[in-house]
Amino acid sequence: MLVHIPSPLRSYTGNKSEIQSDGSSVDDLLINLDKSYPGIRFRMIDEQGGIREHIKFYVNREQIKSINIALNGNEEIHIICALSGG
Amino acid sequence: MAKISVFVGTRKGLFVLSSDETREKWTFSGPQFLGHIIYHVAPDSRDKNRLVMAAKTGHLGPTVYHSSDRGANWVESTKPPAFAKAGEDGKVVDNGFWISPGHNSEPERWYAGTSPPGIFVSDDRGANWAPLEGFNDNPKYADWFAQGATPGGQMLHSININPSDKNHMYACVSVGGVFESTDQGNKWKPLNKGIQADFMPDPSVEYGHDPHCVVLHPAKHDRLYQQNHCGIYRIDRPSNEWIRIGKNMPKEIGDIGFPIVVHPRDPETAWVFPMDGTEVWPRTSPDGKPSVYTTNDAGESWKRFDKGLPAKNAFFTVKRQAMTNDNASKIGLYFGTSQGEVWASNDEGESWKCLVSYLPEIYCIRVMEYEE
Repeated sequence: MLVHIPSPLRSYTGNKSEIQSDGSSVDDLLINLDKSYPGIRFRMIDEQGGIREHIKFYVNREQIKSINIALNGNEEIHIICALSGG
Repeated sequence: MAKISVFVGTRKGLFVLSSDETREKWTFSGPQFLGHIIYHVAPDSRDKNRLVMAAKTGHLGPTVYHSSDRGANWVESTKPPAFAKAGEDGKVVDNGFWISPGHNSEPERWYAGTSPPGIFVSDDRGANWAPLEGFNDNPKYADWFAQGATPGGQMLHSININPSDKNHMYACVSVGGVFESTDQGNKWKPLNKGIQADFMPDPSVEYGHDPHCVVLHPAKHDRLYQQNHCGIYRIDRPSNEWIRIGKNMPKEIGDIGFPIVVHPRDPETAWVFPMDGTEVWPRTSPDGKPSVYTTNDAGESWKRFDKGLPAKNAFFTVKRQAMTNDNASKIGLYFGTSQGEVWASNDEGESWKCLVSYLPEIYCIRVMEYEE
């Protein structure tokens, strides 16, 4: 499936803004992403499995609140860094 | 020829000032990690090429980087500090706040302090970190740190390892107090007797104090100096009671501040950077007149050093990691302000000059000295 990577995370993906990956759930997808791009998952997901405050996930343009969402492999995933700070 | 690099960690990246042993001319480089919050960068006291750095960005979770070539290249930790998995109510590291090298006999060991309060250990020079269970899962944890976060978060800092005993360590929490372990972190006890906590209903509490910066003297291992929310203190072990040496500061200046720096060879000499701790705690230079104060008699008396610093209308804030020293025969001192200026003294604080302005808010300053 297609995963859109926001600019703050592209240091992990060799500056790629779009990558292909797979997983049976969003959690599984992020584990697979971390295998390809070590360290990327912990920047988005904390040690208790929670989505970090300023990270948002969209599956087929619908925001999800938990990474325990099943995927069938045809979805498009957007990872968003919420606008904040100064 | 001896070289010196001053690493400047800011809210928007890492910068470096470099000079030779004369410390007269400085070259500026950076930014590295532009946009990253650099909470602490720590040179390795055991390996003159190595550094470890705690960082995060506004959006992303915290991480740690390490360098083996004096900061030219950095590698991200494979496993950054993270609390043990405990479900939705489990603790989550917001940021790595403090980094300390371990004992000389353990050249690969490092310690990290975090917000919320936690201690993490690396035994591979900063590549992988594990929770120090004796502290993070201590049965008294909820009691010790019940006061909750200060405006910048409740952070663990000032991890000091006794050079005479690798098992003897100190760690400090704002607001929580000073804690001591004699078994390398398995068991801990508060060490706050004599420290005031005038913001508490009971000022004589055993813990809940607000240490801002605590330094174990590198040449006298039973002596520690402390800059606290409620004054400047010294303790000489095995005594368990701190002495308020800040009471000898001028009354109009007070003894509130964030950093405290000790002379690396003279246990009687230390420097502080007082700030305004009145009313709503502006945390700026008293009366807009920044100055360093020094003692040469372990706090019995204090002397004002302000030559070269602005004489008025200057409201500096210097954070706890943002003042340090080098080890030259005539000690050099350095501090960074929240307004993004780095100031240096070549004469042990007597006079000061500004090395660079207009950096982002400065969180930490640390010195690396090496031969080339």
